[in-house]
Amino acid sequence: MLLLRTVLHLAALLALPPLLLGVVNRTKSIFAGRVGPPLLQPYLDLAKLLRKGAVYSRTTTWVFRAGPIVGLAAVASAGLLLSMGGAPAALSFAGDFVLFAYLLGLARFATALAALDTGSAFEGMGAAREVTFASLAEPALFLCLLVLARATGTLSLSGMLGPALPGAWGSAGPALLLAAIAVFVIALAENSRIPVDDPNTHLELTMIHEVMVLDHGGPDLAFILYGASLKLFLFGAILSRLVLGRGDGALASEALFFLGVLCFAVGVGVVESVMARLRIVRVPQLLVGASVLSVFALVLLLR
Amino acid sequence: MTLVPVLGAIALPAASGLAAAALRARPAAGQALACAALCAGAALGVAAAGTVLLGGELSAPALGLRLDALSAIFLLPICAVSALGAVYGLGYYPQAEHGPRAVRLQLFYGLATGGMVLLVVAGHAVVFLVGWEVMALSGFLLVHTDHERAEVQRAALVYLAATHVGTLALFALFALLRQAAGSFDFAAMQGLPGAGRLAASAFALALLGFGVKAGLMPLHFWLPGAHAAAPSHVSAVMSGVLIKTGIYGLLRVTGLFAAPPATWGTALLLLGGASAVLGVAFALAQHDLKRLLAYHSVENIGIIALGTGLALLGRSRGEPGLVVLGLGGATLHVVNHALFKSLLFLGAGAVQHATGTRELDLLGGLARPMRATAVLFLVGAAAISGLPPLNGFVSEWLVYMGFLSALERGGGDLLAFAALGVPALALVGGLAAACFVKVVGVVFLGTPRSAHPRAAHEAPRTMLVPMAILAAACAAIGLAPAAALPALVRAAAAWSRLPPELLDGAAARAGAGASRVSVAAAALLVATAGLVLLRRRLGAPRAPDVETWGCAFSGPLPRAQYTGSSFAELLVRRFSWAIFPRGAAPRLGGAFPARAAFHTEVPDTVLDLALAPAARGFRWLAARAHLLFLRRIQFQVLLVLATLLAILAWGFGW
Repeated sequence: MLLLRTVLHLAALLALPPLLLGVVNRTKSIFAGRVGPPLLQPYLDLAKLLRKGAVYSRTTTWVFRAGPIVGLAAVASAGLLLSMGGAPAALSFAGDFVLFAYLLGLARFATALAALDTGSAFEGMGAAREVTFASLAEPALFLCLLVLARATGTLSLSGMLGPALPGAWGSAGPALLLAAIAVFVIALAENSRIPVDDPNTHLELTMIHEVMVLDHGGPDLAFILYGASLKLFLFGAILSRLVLGRGDGALASEALFFLGVLCFAVGVGVVESVMARLRIVRVPQLLVGASVLSVFALVLLLR
Repeated sequence: MTLVPVLGAIALPAASGLAAAALRARPAAGQALACAALCAGAALGVAAAGTVLLGGELSAPALGLRLDALSAIFLLPICAVSALGAVYGLGYYPQAEHGPRAVRLQLFYGLATGGMVLLVVAGHAVVFLVGWEVMALSGFLLVHTDHERAEVQRAALVYLAATHVGTLALFALFALLRQAAGSFDFAAMQGLPGAGRLAASAFALALLGFGVKAGLMPLHFWLPGAHAAAPSHVSAVMSGVLIKTGIYGLLRVTGLFAAPPATWGTALLLLGGASAVLGVAFALAQHDLKRLLAYHSVENIGIIALGTGLALLGRSRGEPGLVVLGLGGATLHVVNHALFKSLLFLGAGAVQHATGTRELDLLGGLARPMRATAVLFLVGAAAISGLPPLNGFVSEWLVYMGFLSALERGGGDLLAFAALGVPALALVGGLAAACFVKVVGVVFLGTPRSAHPRAAHEAPRTMLVPMAILAAACAAIGLAPAAALPALVRAAAAWSRLPPELLDGAAARAGAGASRVSVAAAALLVATAGLVLLRRRLGAPRAPDVETWGCAFSGPLPRAQYTGSSFAELLVRRFSWAIFPRGAAPRLGGAFPARAAFHTEVPDTVLDLALAPAARGFRWLAARAHLLFLRRIQFQVLLVLATLLAILAWGFGW
């Protein structure tokens, strides 16, 4: 039974992420009064890209071609550590969240190097911004996870997002609420969404993530887009479990979990519709703000 | 067990340079013989360390030698890195080409190795100090190799001054310990009380003496200059293992005390945190490849100090879990840093060898002419950034676990606040990754930024093979960390004197985690391999045949690429409270601005902005004093007499 559930979770992890992008886009189009693309459009885009050929610049080496592959593999491996719907993850041990964060770091490392391999000033700019903001987001993420670890008394992601969570909301509600807000901000930053980065921008000078992948095409771009949606799903899953951690009936909590992930996508879409992108010099302040929030939460728990 | 391998590991490297000196007429044979002798000694040392790590202890009180698990874990990288560096030197610094200079280098390289081996196997303070001074002085002569250049002279002099300040503190330290224990033998000093003034001053002296060698912030000031000025395989040995002798000394001396007070651990946590964060921040601001790597040593020594501080806190609070995780993380990071940092320095040497420059912003695009070097350097860069599935991740994870186990205290326990080390380590990890994206990207990727990298050639095999061995070791520890744990637990037991059964619980927990890390690493490799196959199935990639997209601007300009300085600018600006770059942007005005140049340099805040001005002030003061008092010998005698009287008065009064 448990094995079946784990297999189903892994299948959901691999199949659902592009749907989240569809939900985000649909939310934005509703806000803008448009009909918008179909919900399943991202799947069609991926299928189209996978059938296309790719073009490579003369400047690039094997690093450029390895970037999308390593990036996707690292994010997918991080998915193995994530608990969904309260069930233990495929792989779980004390301290696994460090591995989770560093696997996301590996994906970023590979993407940024691939960007620098093109020798383009724009892509160098994007890579510099990406690693800068990531190194500020990293401490904030770890602080949030510390809050979770302290509140639930466990050191593994499966434990933090598992059965101990409802009790923790009872005993440490305010701290968890602060942490949840901080995780949402970090999720927006890590996934290059507004207010940190605008995925729809058309001006290379203002882009962060998008400009790093300008020169990728075909299956390579498909890997990158799919990896990005997978990462969005991972953060959605953390947040969904963290906020809706109450369900305990097996089927009900599963349904609640996936509903929560979709709500996260709607939330991202709403933020993207009602806010403008921050000026780049303001982004560090946002991330430091998220850190400060989670430090408050941690101090609440440690006193 | 006999001590013969240990004696061989000291004597063979120390004497290895004589072969090069004797065979001056046939330089290639002389250097090969010297290298072979050093490697043979190193192999003996590795064998001795291996037997001790598998259980057992060697000791010869008559000779003042003792090899326990803590020594063995330092002996291992000392022998391995020195031997690989010597092999690398065959291609990088051939005696046939450099003549007497290479002979001197070979001589002092062997002596430094012998000194390091001697000091980690010393069981007696005097033997320890002999090894220490041999190492320190040959280190100075090694840095001084290219002595015509002014920057080399300055770096070597600063190193000599710094190391002697450290040695002075160590003389005082061991004199104090001798006074308390009645003997210079470490075995007799074991179990000194951790409370009281004597222990406090001993710890302060140890922190000064060993901290200078290790390069803990703010005592790191000698390190970037010396490591950049030395030939690259010497930098690899200095940065990879020589500075670790400072950590070894700190561990050896703190291990002598029973129940060290909590302030010791706290002090190391604070110093380690500052070194780690500021070390990587300074590294980001550098544009000399080897100086940048040297600042990363400060960062990694900080991480090691964080682990050591946790272990000390664990001993003072009676928490075996903290001791295992803290000391295990620290010692594994000692080994790991020795592996990847020497790999990176050897890679930097290959780049310098091929292009003739270390200036980041003159390089670029080296992944094409130097394919193998690029791959190996990339492995080292990923490892030092702590990325899975390599070894840097494992030791950082152990230190993380140490901090996290502090989180399991009850409410109100101050120890729980040690968990704030977690976000600090996360910041360091993020910054290190940013810095190595910059290094790899600017040196190896993109297009050449000047004529230097255009003429580059791949390194010879004698240089590539040592790098490949180091990279393989990085991958092996990263993929199977659980295999290294028993040795770490033995070292923790030898250091803390806690019975092994107390350490077993935490060790088993860490071991279970470590084997899961291997599973995740395997999953990552399988996923990567699967995606590579899938990518192949989707159609063979076309040969590159277009230019990079430049907003419809065809014809890419190498000069328009992002440089190392521009890449790091956003982050360096965050640290403007600690880093003060010099240089002003030129003013451009009018419709046809004149030709302009822009130049920046990043002084070391401690050396260039504090110590050097202080030394200048001191010299000025001394000159004034000279004018006033010292022009006549009578005044000088008077001064001596007055000093003597003052000391006598102070001595009687006290």
